[in-house]
Amino acid sequence: MKFSKEDVLQIAKLSRLHIEEDELEQYQEDLGSILGYVEKLQELNTDDVLEFQHAAGGANVFREDVIDVCDEDTRRRAIENFSEKEGDLLKVQAVFTNRTE
Amino acid sequence: MDVLILTMKEASEKLASGELTAEALTQSCLEAIESGNERLNAFLEVSQTALDEAREIDVRRAKGEDVGPLAGIPVGLKDNMLVQGWGSTSGSQILEGHKGIYDGAIAQRLKKAGAILIGRTNMDEFAMGSSTENSHYGPTMNPWDITKVPGGSSGGSAVAVSAGFVPVALGSDTGGSIRQPASLSGVVGLKPTYGRVSRYGLMALASSLDQIGPFTRTVEDAAIMLQAIEGYDPKDSTSAQLSNTTIPSLIEKSVEGMTLGIPKEYFGSGMDPKVREVVMEAVQELERAGAVIKEISLPHAEYALAAYYIIQPAEASSNLGRFDGLRYGYHSGGENLQETYERTRGEGFGTEVKRRIMLGSYTLSAGYYDAYYRKALKVRTLIKQDFDEAFKDVDAILSPTSPTVAWNIGEKFNDPLSMYLADIYTVTANLATIPGMSVPCGFVDGLPVGLQILAKPFDEYTLFKVGATYQDRTSWHTQTPT
Repeated sequence: MKFSKEDVLQIAKLSRLHIEEDELEQYQEDLGSILGYVEKLQELNTDDVLEFQHAAGGANVFREDVIDVCDEDTRRRAIENFSEKEGDLLKVQAVFTNRTE
Repeated sequence: MDVLILTMKEASEKLASGELTAEALTQSCLEAIESGNERLNAFLEVSQTALDEAREIDVRRAKGEDVGPLAGIPVGLKDNMLVQGWGSTSGSQILEGHKGIYDGAIAQRLKKAGAILIGRTNMDEFAMGSSTENSHYGPTMNPWDITKVPGGSSGGSAVAVSAGFVPVALGSDTGGSIRQPASLSGVVGLKPTYGRVSRYGLMALASSLDQIGPFTRTVEDAAIMLQAIEGYDPKDSTSAQLSNTTIPSLIEKSVEGMTLGIPKEYFGSGMDPKVREVVMEAVQELERAGAVIKEISLPHAEYALAAYYIIQPAEASSNLGRFDGLRYGYHSGGENLQETYERTRGEGFGTEVKRRIMLGSYTLSAGYYDAYYRKALKVRTLIKQDFDEAFKDVDAILSPTSPTVAWNIGEKFNDPLSMYLADIYTVTANLATIPGMSVPCGFVDGLPVGLQILAKPFDEYTLFKVGATYQDRTSWHTQTPT
């Protein structure tokens, strides 16, 4: 299985991963060889086989729809982990930008 | 008294009788880590409060309080299990500086049982690997020969027990990450049935495959540990209600009348002939102990690894989507949000993690989903059916845990496919959700070999019976690296 540099860059973009130019060739080779190996599955006829879907048996699990408020200490610890903050607020870059056209 | 060679059960007995204190035992473990960890890199961080907690157990015990079934036993935890206030990185740079904000199910249950959480152990980044070389914090070395890998991904926990730092440590197993390092490092490693142990507070690799379990020196200790950590947890929606599956406190050491299956597909090409010889000797030992040995077939075994390396990266690519550099951990800013994500993840994740995220994104993407992911789920059904059929005729299945003994550090590092092949005998249990255990069964060229025992879902007791019978008749598990 062959992957072009453009293929790798496209998959990297889908995966939100910045890949350095000098790493591309290695990923082309690695992804190609792994996907070449898993091609093996195509030997099997699975037309009448159901997909395996539930590792735990497939019963729905419900809970009461009640708000379980996080205690102050836990909240504090979560905030301490923030990469950037303003006061107690998580600081992030704008998701939408203004366009003037 | 050298407390570091005690099994957990022996240590518990001495703690209960007053012959040993939790403080002395914890102190010995901390000293062993202090003097040996630089050589092996099994622990990433040691708890600063362990000694205080041990003293508190001693005080409470002296007062006659119920201190719990694991009171005073030092336990190592793989770095992907949350403990409140502890550093918690999953072996990754992307979580450098991250601290657990709550106790996961394992930490909760161990604390309740009186165990001393002594530190967090090294691992392949996000549990992706079979050698513990993929850790951002450097590789872990095999105590039997420090030029060799200890196996992975829970290599730090395997070595922590093998080197005598602690009597027990916990790991997680998605495709063999407990059993394979147990085999390569010469200790017992148990992967329980999917759903038996809560995954609440375990950083997910592949949610339909992950399961937490212990590393110990003896099978009896593995059984004690499982009883302490298992059980229903409303915070894990895949957690099982465990009625009728209780493990008796005394394990019957007999395989008389049991039928043990040998899958012919597992003894074919690709296995080191010397490993085969050692494993077959272990099979014969169980036959001498009264078991009936029967050749069986798992017809789809040869497709298991291919199905696994579609399903697991697919789930991983989705699970690792949460690492955005905003809410915790490593952050690398870009011009806009998209660039911040890409830089943070591109710099924060190691090569193997990026490889698997891309693999998963690809096989889940439109146009490829049916050919890869859906196909792999169908093959997973066939593999599950193979085991269902096999267990109609046999009580347990025996195989090697790993096709080879420990290899040289660096040997497979740049060849992902050859590294993946190290999991060829272990991934099937995760795909089929069944329990599996590796038990030391001999040596090849001075390096440990493991016997893998597999049983029906929730029939861990059969694993313990077979494993404990074997250990009762052999002494491999009493050998320690020098």
